[in-house]
Amino acid sequence: MVHHSNLVPWKMLAQRTGATLRWLGLTDEGRLDLSDLNEVVNERTKLFAFTHVSNIVGSENDVALLAARAREVGALSFVDGAQAVPHQPVDVSALDVDFYAFTGHKMLGPTGVGVLWGRDLDALPPFMGGGSMIEVVEMSGSSYAKAPERFEAGTPVISQAVALAAACDYLTDLGLDSVKEHEIALTARLLDGLRSLEGASVLGPDSIEMRGSAVSFVVDGVHPHDVGQSLDDLGIAVRVGHHCAAPVCRRFGVPATARASSYLYNTESDIDALLEGIERVKAFWL
Amino acid sequence: MTESLYQEIILDHYKHPHHKGLRDPYDVEVHHVNPTCGDEVTVRVKVVDGVVEDVSYDGHGCSISQAATSVMTDLVIGKAVEEALVTHEAFLELMQSRGTVEPDEDVLEDGIAFAGVSKYPARVKCALLGWMAWKDATAQAVAMGGAPA
Repeated sequence: MVHHSNLVPWKMLAQRTGATLRWLGLTDEGRLDLSDLNEVVNERTKLFAFTHVSNIVGSENDVALLAARAREVGALSFVDGAQAVPHQPVDVSALDVDFYAFTGHKMLGPTGVGVLWGRDLDALPPFMGGGSMIEVVEMSGSSYAKAPERFEAGTPVISQAVALAAACDYLTDLGLDSVKEHEIALTARLLDGLRSLEGASVLGPDSIEMRGSAVSFVVDGVHPHDVGQSLDDLGIAVRVGHHCAAPVCRRFGVPATARASSYLYNTESDIDALLEGIERVKAFWL
Repeated sequence: MTESLYQEIILDHYKHPHHKGLRDPYDVEVHHVNPTCGDEVTVRVKVVDGVVEDVSYDGHGCSISQAATSVMTDLVIGKAVEEALVTHEAFLELMQSRGTVEPDEDVLEDGIAFAGVSKYPARVKCALLGWMAWKDATAQAVAMGGAPA
């Protein structure tokens, strides 16, 4: 289910260290297949990385359940919260995970800045050396600062951090509960509309339960790229492609999907325009 | 809708692709993928005495990628490799022109229908997918000895 950013680095790490990468599959509904959870996450597991909310199928995972399994076998847990933090209240302390990461550019912030929260970051060695991350530097060797400076070598991304803070304040003022409520209504409207639209199907859960706002869909007989192009002409922006989740597309036997995500700035009329747009796409292509 | 991009010719080649299907005999087979969108194409080339005798292909992808591949086969089959490469260059130039180049119908024939693609940078790779695969396969075939002595 993971985004490439939560897969490729672990694959590279496994290749460097000789560790084995194992994974859970997906159900036909687009949820994590937990039937072999206890076999895949076992006493030999060192790290269990998973996504909070999927950017492609929209499913939300039960973080508490997965984190508990990791704890049970003594594995560290790492959560990609890029699609959760912008859309709903998240309390990392309550989740009992070891690492939680998210990006600024999905939460009204700029690109080039993100956040890694860790239960015990000082236990990790620095990965990048340079200015600011040190304690004492001599020609013979250096000692290192504690987190967060420990992992922020060099002049930091100053303007990006300021902008991210502003985004956090903005969302906090709005109230993430309200954001979530707004999105649930729009996502439900979209899912209902797609359900009654002949020739269009959703890749991922059809219900709003444990689900984010990203809705991937396919239009029978029309390539997603052409769907996206035609919708673009109507002033509707969707993303098309494999959404940095090629294994997920492969699982469902499609090369790509079109994906519509609602956020706090979308309205019901946006959803209606999208549904009408898909009808026009069908009329043009089929 | 999208008239400047989706010309009738393109839709026609998309719905009724020319020379589609993988055929024997062939010299070289290549498999190319567009990593950003998942479009892919497998192209086989047969070069005899420096002439592109056959190009066969299979793949899936958007209308632009499939139609462009179909048009490519019309334009290169039967041509000497050098001449076909000139045609390829002309199509590449058109794709990279951002709408500034007027295509030559004598050189590009149905390929002129893709002129609009150059104004949509995200689709240029679609239009070039089949062409790049053909060029790759042909270069390998020539290196193998399909070129004129």
